[in-house]
Amino acid sequence: MPTDFIVHDKADTVGVAVVEDIQPNKRLTGWVMETDETITITALDAVPLGHKIALGDIRNGDTVLKYGYDVGRAVADIPKGRHVHVHNLKTKRW
Amino acid sequence: MGRYDFFGYRRENGRVGIRNHVVILPLDDLSNAASEAVANNIKGTLALPHSYGRLQFGEDLELFFRTLIGIGSNPNVAACVVIGIEPLWTAHIVDGIRQTGKPAAGFSIEENGDISTIASASRTAREFMQWASERRREMCTIEDLFVSTKCGESDTTSGLASCPTVGNLIDKLDPLGVTTCFGETSELTGAEAVCASRAATPEVRDKFMQAFNAYQEVINRHKTSDLSDSQPTKGNIKGGLTTIEEKAFGNLQKIGRKTKYIEVLKPAEAPNRGPGLYYMDTSSAAAECITLQSAAGFVVHLFPTGQGNVIGNPIEPVIKLTANPRTAREMAEHIDLDVSAILRREMTLDQAGDQLIEVMLRTCNGRLTAAEVLGHREYVMTKLYRSA
Repeated sequence: MPTDFIVHDKADTVGVAVVEDIQPNKRLTGWVMETDETITITALDAVPLGHKIALGDIRNGDTVLKYGYDVGRAVADIPKGRHVHVHNLKTKRW
Repeated sequence: MGRYDFFGYRRENGRVGIRNHVVILPLDDLSNAASEAVANNIKGTLALPHSYGRLQFGEDLELFFRTLIGIGSNPNVAACVVIGIEPLWTAHIVDGIRQTGKPAAGFSIEENGDISTIASASRTAREFMQWASERRREMCTIEDLFVSTKCGESDTTSGLASCPTVGNLIDKLDPLGVTTCFGETSELTGAEAVCASRAATPEVRDKFMQAFNAYQEVINRHKTSDLSDSQPTKGNIKGGLTTIEEKAFGNLQKIGRKTKYIEVLKPAEAPNRGPGLYYMDTSSAAAECITLQSAAGFVVHLFPTGQGNVIGNPIEPVIKLTANPRTAREMAEHIDLDVSAILRREMTLDQAGDQLIEVMLRTCNGRLTAAEVLGHREYVMTKLYRSA
């Protein structure tokens, strides 16, 4: 089965697109590296190669987890399947 | 011949190089023209022009001297001609390089002028070049090898696959006695606690946190924004990296899953505790970091890239690997190893690590890197503050 996105850690709230053709409403297959599990979600946005996608509903102010760790704070509500990037996720540092 | 043996140049002090350069080293900006003229006269020599060396003082001057002496002392350099405007600092650099036992000679321009200096230095460079051309490679082991790493133009594929490939190599070779180095202090921001936990002892952990906190102070003192215009870079953001924290966790994958670092080095400081992984306090700008690592005596560099950094170094070959399939396709001439098959689940990390070991050993045996054949010789001194 082709892998559309990869998740580092089971606790992560985002995955990374590893194909170049993710369009809205596409059914996506993901691989969780830590546990070797396969998960599926439906994309709400076009997500470019290497960009992140929300694995569940993330609320404004929530900490976003990747590698199992805090990588920043959501600055908007992010529904499952949405593109996650500089428009809705910010650093907590500097 | 052992699985990880290679053929290198064993120098007078026992250290092993994988290249055989004769370097014409200007002490200062004023000596660049004469150095380049000597390199033009004597074919096969390499001039390393730079912008500094005048009126530096204190810790910045110490770093400058350590860098220049370190470049000349690197085992990839067979012999070295130093040219400076004044004799005293020139002699200081020559004396430092001679500690290795390799041929080194200094020439100063004051009281001679460029033309006479170029003539004298060219005669010595000719002798050094012909002498160096008769050095022969001999069989060396992985314990002779000093490997540095730094990533650049990273994207999320760096943290997923190309940085973990370097980590896999380090986890495999560290128990065999290789000496390795990572740095990039500012790009550990957000992952500093995890990085601190990878120190071998509480003392090393404290030294790491001191270096990390000191760099944060520099950033806080000089910043005019939240640094989101600079860290992550525009290329990082295009590649999907959103925050410095995310970038830091990807960066840290380069040290593998279990290897501990045994010491914290100052910029351009040579390893002093035997084989093992070292952390060096460096900038995260690629050329600055690799120049400092080459000055510390590292002879081969592993450089994971996402969006396609094209960097090389004049004396330390830079091996570039990518897991980004678009970069591997569109910038193929810059890439020494394509590990994008990991993302398609057609290659395991273990296989990628083995392939990187193979490419590294071939490079050590003499195979030219993509950066070498394309002529990439990025060389940037780290300057701590304004000159006096």
